[in-house]
Amino acid sequence: MSREAAKYPGLNLSSAHGKDHEAAESLMFGFWVFLMSDAILFGMVFATYVTSVHATAGGPGPYQLYDIKSIFVETLLLLASSFTFGMASLTLKYKHSTPRLVGWLAATLILGVAFLCFELHDFSTMFAKGGVPSRSGFLSAFFDLVPLHGLHVTGGCVWLICLVGQIARYGLDTKTKLGIMRLALFWHFLDIVWIAIFSVVYLAGLT
Amino acid sequence: MSEQPNVAVDGIDPMQEERWEFRSYVWGAGIALLLTVVPFALVHWGGLPRLPILIVIGVFALVQILVHFRCFLHISFAHKREDLQLILFSALLLTIMVAGTVWIMASLALRMAMPAS
Repeated sequence: MSREAAKYPGLNLSSAHGKDHEAAESLMFGFWVFLMSDAILFGMVFATYVTSVHATAGGPGPYQLYDIKSIFVETLLLLASSFTFGMASLTLKYKHSTPRLVGWLAATLILGVAFLCFELHDFSTMFAKGGVPSRSGFLSAFFDLVPLHGLHVTGGCVWLICLVGQIARYGLDTKTKLGIMRLALFWHFLDIVWIAIFSVVYLAGLT
Repeated sequence: MSEQPNVAVDGIDPMQEERWEFRSYVWGAGIALLLTVVPFALVHWGGLPRLPILIVIGVFALVQILVHFRCFLHISFAHKREDLQLILFSALLLTIMVAGTVWIMASLALRMAMPAS
């Protein structure tokens, strides 16, 4: 990737960023430790889902409840938002104009919110078909796993809005830069969790 | 931005490096798109028996996760050793706990004649 040795996960600011690049090392490592523990939390919730996927108790199952077209659109939205966040990271690293950075961040936010709207629409369709969390073990496990990811995306969107506020108030100082870089890790991590969700929950469920 | 512009460090041309990293994002997104579309198409239009489709879904998901790690999170073997060890340790914990849970609960379901998982 970069020909300078990478000091931390994510797109490394180069030494052209001076002290910001140095300050990033321990902060990014600490945030990476959090992400790995979050991955283990998600893993256990996945295990719960897989073990209760047949426990439908006579209620609606994956075939009645999942809509593959909607899931496909959600997947494309998240992938596109990962790409736009990547463009924001490049804009930050190569010191292009701040409006351009905010533009890429805003595009990411719009894609994230669109993802959440599609997901909420999915959930309300499921509710209308009788797929409520209290209906069966399968549905409890489903509504433990998928909205947990949705909650993370919501948190990411709120964090993104806060960061844009910080850019407006303080400009691109060390704290704002490191905030954007940690949110980038978080955002890309959530896209990876989504790969596992659409594969294990939706695609395997509809096979 | 008020700071000094990017200057070449150790003979690296920042313009060239930026093009390189931009291309990495484009390739990452392109490959990820392909790895997404194929399993979705297989499930949507079907045709194959269940087991091969499940295998394709699993393999494509794993490869796509690796692509995201490489192109979006920029994890490579050029990294500090601690970062890589942390990833390996987390992957090990995940494998033991998830595979162990699924194995034990499936075995329980089988022995207690509950709906199979």
